[in-house]
Amino acid sequence: MELLVASAVGILTAAGIYLILRRRSFPVILGLSLLTYAVNVFLFATGRLVTGAPPILNKYQEVAYTDPLPQALVLTAIVISFGMTAVVVMIALGAYLSSRDDGTAMPTETDGAGEDA
Amino acid sequence: MSLFLIAALPFIGAVFPALLIRAGRNAAASAAGLTTLLAFIGLMLHIPAVFRGETVFAAVDWLPGLGLNAHFFLDGLGFLFAAMILGIGLLIILYARYYLSREDPMGQFYSYLLLFQGAMVGIVLSDNILLLLVFWELTSLSSFLLIGYWKHLPEGRQGARMALTVTGSGGLAMIAGMLMLGHIAGSYDLSIILQNKDAIQSSDLYLPALILILLGAFTKSAQFPFHFWLPHAMAAPTPVSAYLHSATMVKAGLFLMARLWPVLAGTPEWFYIVATTGLVTMLLGAVIALFKDDLKALLAFSTVSHLGLITMLLGFGTKIAAVAAVFHIINHATFKAALFMTAGIIDHEAGTRDIKRLGGLRHLMPVTFAIGTVAALSMAGIPPLNGFLSKEMMLEETAHTIWNGSHSVVPVLATVAALFSAAYSFRFIVHVFLGPRRADYPAQPHDPGTGMWIGPALLVVLVVLIGLASAKIAGPMVATAAAAVIGTETLPYYSLKLWHGLTPALYMSVAATIGGLTLLALHAPLQRTWNALPRPEAKPLFEALIGAFTRVSQSVTEGLHNGVLTRYAAIMITFTVAISYLAYRSGTLGAETRQIQDPGLLPVVGWFALVIATLFIVAKHRNRLLSLVLIGVVGLVVSLSFNYLSAPDLALTQISVEVVTIILMLLALNFMPKETPVETPALTRLRDGAIAVVAGLGAGGLIYALLMRDFAFPTISDFHLANSYKGGGGTNVVNVILVDFRGYDTFGEIIVLGIAAMVIFALTEAVLGSKVRAYLLNREPDLPQAGDAHPLMMVVATRVMMPLALMVAAYIFFRGHNLPGGGFIAGLIAAIAIIMQYMASGFSWAAERQRYPYHAIIGSGVLIAAATGMGAWFNGMPFLTSDFGYLHWPPLEEFEWATAALFDLGVFLAVVGAVLLALESLSRFAWQPGISSEHAMDINPARDEAAKTGTED
Repeated sequence: MELLVASAVGILTAAGIYLILRRRSFPVILGLSLLTYAVNVFLFATGRLVTGAPPILNKYQEVAYTDPLPQALVLTAIVISFGMTAVVVMIALGAYLSSRDDGTAMPTETDGAGEDA
Repeated sequence: MSLFLIAALPFIGAVFPALLIRAGRNAAASAAGLTTLLAFIGLMLHIPAVFRGETVFAAVDWLPGLGLNAHFFLDGLGFLFAAMILGIGLLIILYARYYLSREDPMGQFYSYLLLFQGAMVGIVLSDNILLLLVFWELTSLSSFLLIGYWKHLPEGRQGARMALTVTGSGGLAMIAGMLMLGHIAGSYDLSIILQNKDAIQSSDLYLPALILILLGAFTKSAQFPFHFWLPHAMAAPTPVSAYLHSATMVKAGLFLMARLWPVLAGTPEWFYIVATTGLVTMLLGAVIALFKDDLKALLAFSTVSHLGLITMLLGFGTKIAAVAAVFHIINHATFKAALFMTAGIIDHEAGTRDIKRLGGLRHLMPVTFAIGTVAALSMAGIPPLNGFLSKEMMLEETAHTIWNGSHSVVPVLATVAALFSAAYSFRFIVHVFLGPRRADYPAQPHDPGTGMWIGPALLVVLVVLIGLASAKIAGPMVATAAAAVIGTETLPYYSLKLWHGLTPALYMSVAATIGGLTLLALHAPLQRTWNALPRPEAKPLFEALIGAFTRVSQSVTEGLHNGVLTRYAAIMITFTVAISYLAYRSGTLGAETRQIQDPGLLPVVGWFALVIATLFIVAKHRNRLLSLVLIGVVGLVVSLSFNYLSAPDLALTQISVEVVTIILMLLALNFMPKETPVETPALTRLRDGAIAVVAGLGAGGLIYALLMRDFAFPTISDFHLANSYKGGGGTNVVNVILVDFRGYDTFGEIIVLGIAAMVIFALTEAVLGSKVRAYLLNREPDLPQAGDAHPLMMVVATRVMMPLALMVAAYIFFRGHNLPGGGFIAGLIAAIAIIMQYMASGFSWAAERQRYPYHAIIGSGVLIAAATGMGAWFNGMPFLTSDFGYLHWPPLEEFEWATAALFDLGVFLAVVGAVLLALESLSRFAWQPGISSEHAMDINPARDEAAKTGTED
């Protein structure tokens, strides 16, 4: 199981970074999403992997629980990453609509891209 | 008056001139004058204590963890400087009122001046050296404003920039030096540092600390080779020059050297660095001053020269030389401020301060002539004026100084400097006031109004009085301040009087005076020779240096930060990987302590789904729609994994966030190209792939290493598990952490989420308000549209589902404290329920039924959360302390109430508002005229039926 999670984190990270290094905004956003998954799973996994022991207290008997703290951190991280994705998407869209160009590089002074918006 | 108030008064007062200038220039000037006067009187109230040799303290701990505290103290040295700063400040405020013209923004001037004054008073009263550094930097900044006050003059701007660059970089060096000093002494309080002479001088850090601190002092006090900024700062209005360069700014470096004299002085390093620098500066300044035609430039270089003199005296490291230094600080402040103001008066009334165009002013401006002559004679060191006394003391000291084995180097060079000093002082008198009256003055010279000459006149009276009765008038002050510099109660024997007998100093003085007169007589040929000599000009050198720095930093910046996002990302990732590798190589990895768990079939299936989807995204990312579908698969597997790995809350959150994220991206994709073109060559892609694979291996390897080991330190999670029910009243530990243990984080988070939504809204407004709107309105869809935009079945289904979905949200919300769920998840579900209406029935239909603006929902959420948190105050508890209890209303089961639920309601509302505001903003891009139909469903059998029978309502 550890190997599966670790390799999944590695693959998601690699795919995310590869897409972040693309030159158009949409793949970069996709890459950010993949990287977000990787980071969230990574943080979550720092509590170690436990099955069948959710941190819901059992009032009637002593049972083992998994680590609740990374879960709380990741929960807020998931919601915040939605906010971040939304802002980035909005910026990308605004930039595309204004210049009719979804490249992520600043237009250089010579090519005059973005002037015709 | 408390030292706090004395230091704070100028800062407080700085507000008034800027405001009162609307009430006229007199109001602004009086406000500045009154606050200064008040601070001055407050200072004078401490006279008895200070002259008894006591030290007045005022202390408040500010950041004790950093050693940064608001500790002030007042001893003789601090008193002397504070008195000069505030006293001459008063005269300058009066003088400037008449000097500045109607066009100059006087309110600004006085505000800057008081800011500067406050910073200076702060320096001289600080007990804590970190606090002193803060004030030190403030003087650099406020003097920048003052020197560049005439913004329209390029010289003013350049001079201000140069002063800021030189003194600012010296200040940076000094920060490092002070930190070292504090480190050695173990405290940042001067009163403690000054007790630790032996520890400091024997430390290995003594020399570096000394050099760094001296860099700060030398740049501020314009010592060679940093002297060049001072003449360029003369582009400032004359009141500024008179203030900065007689009593304050440039004296700050001297003050610091005097302040740290007890611990830093007395070593050979101190002697050779400080005394030599001072000697060179004194000589160089005096020589250059003689050949300056601009009155202010002459005075500027003479200031440089006199600062060098005082530095040299401090550098000698003997007690008697320190006494002489203190005495000359007083004397220089008096005659130099008077001279600057005189130069300002001449400039003001004669229309020029070029010596070549002046002369013969003694009949036209008798008052100015009297003031200027007395002050200049004092500067020349002519008895019975105060400049003579301290210059004698200086020469006497040089006669006893051995420099590198030579008895004659220092006295001879000092006499030469004194000679030039006498020469330029005589030139000031002779070439400006004496000689025949001229016919070509730019303006009709006459004495100014009383307001302008009263300040310098008062100073000149002091010059004469100190000279004639020095022991009575200046004696106690010199003794008190010198005792503070030396750091002991017992002063060496000295006597402040005019006649000491036929001492070497007297012969040197006579030689200097006669030599000075000779030089003046020979001035014209000398000036021609001087002009013919090649001399390095500081300004072009400085500008070339700054230009080189600018080019280097520009090329570095452009190399790293050239506007290509890909490059930043690549640099950042590579760098992160590199430092991670470094950390990995330099650390040690413990043995594995955990066993690999057998995965079973389900996780393996999930893993395959995730890996294949991820690889397909990478391979097919050019097809944007397809990659969105695939990313949904990844999200689904991630949320299922959370569920499998005992994190039901995460699973619920992830899956609902997944839904809204995909909808959001779909909405955006609607307006963007559906394909990504191939732009990068195969080699670049290979390089990116390599970076990505290495980073992926690193991340995967790191988490694997972590997973195979137990916690290195005891975890705090046990505390949460143990106290969740007892202290927070809930059994869902994750939710209790969110709303209770870490409620403050959550509170911050919903605010951030709200801000993100507002940013999206604002961006939408901006984009839609631009030319883009026309494009959007005329836009033709690039993909075929659905024939039926609002299908009957979907509309009906979503309407039926709406109350059900909201009920689920309510259920999830209420059970959240004890079972998986809570405000975040419930908020997302509720948002999805509403989004379904938008999707099925159309934006216009849904927007019409939307009664509360989403901004308000976000706001109310944050406010509810805040109000809940503040409720704890009424029980005397800290912010966000929760309370809970149990109620039993028959026939219901016992149930729990908790204030945390109210907090969670705030979270719920903020999430609903933020998600919907974001999506609604994006949807508004699609609006086109005619898009809204009056019917929710395009095809509605009931309507067709009604149309047939003509009974439609």
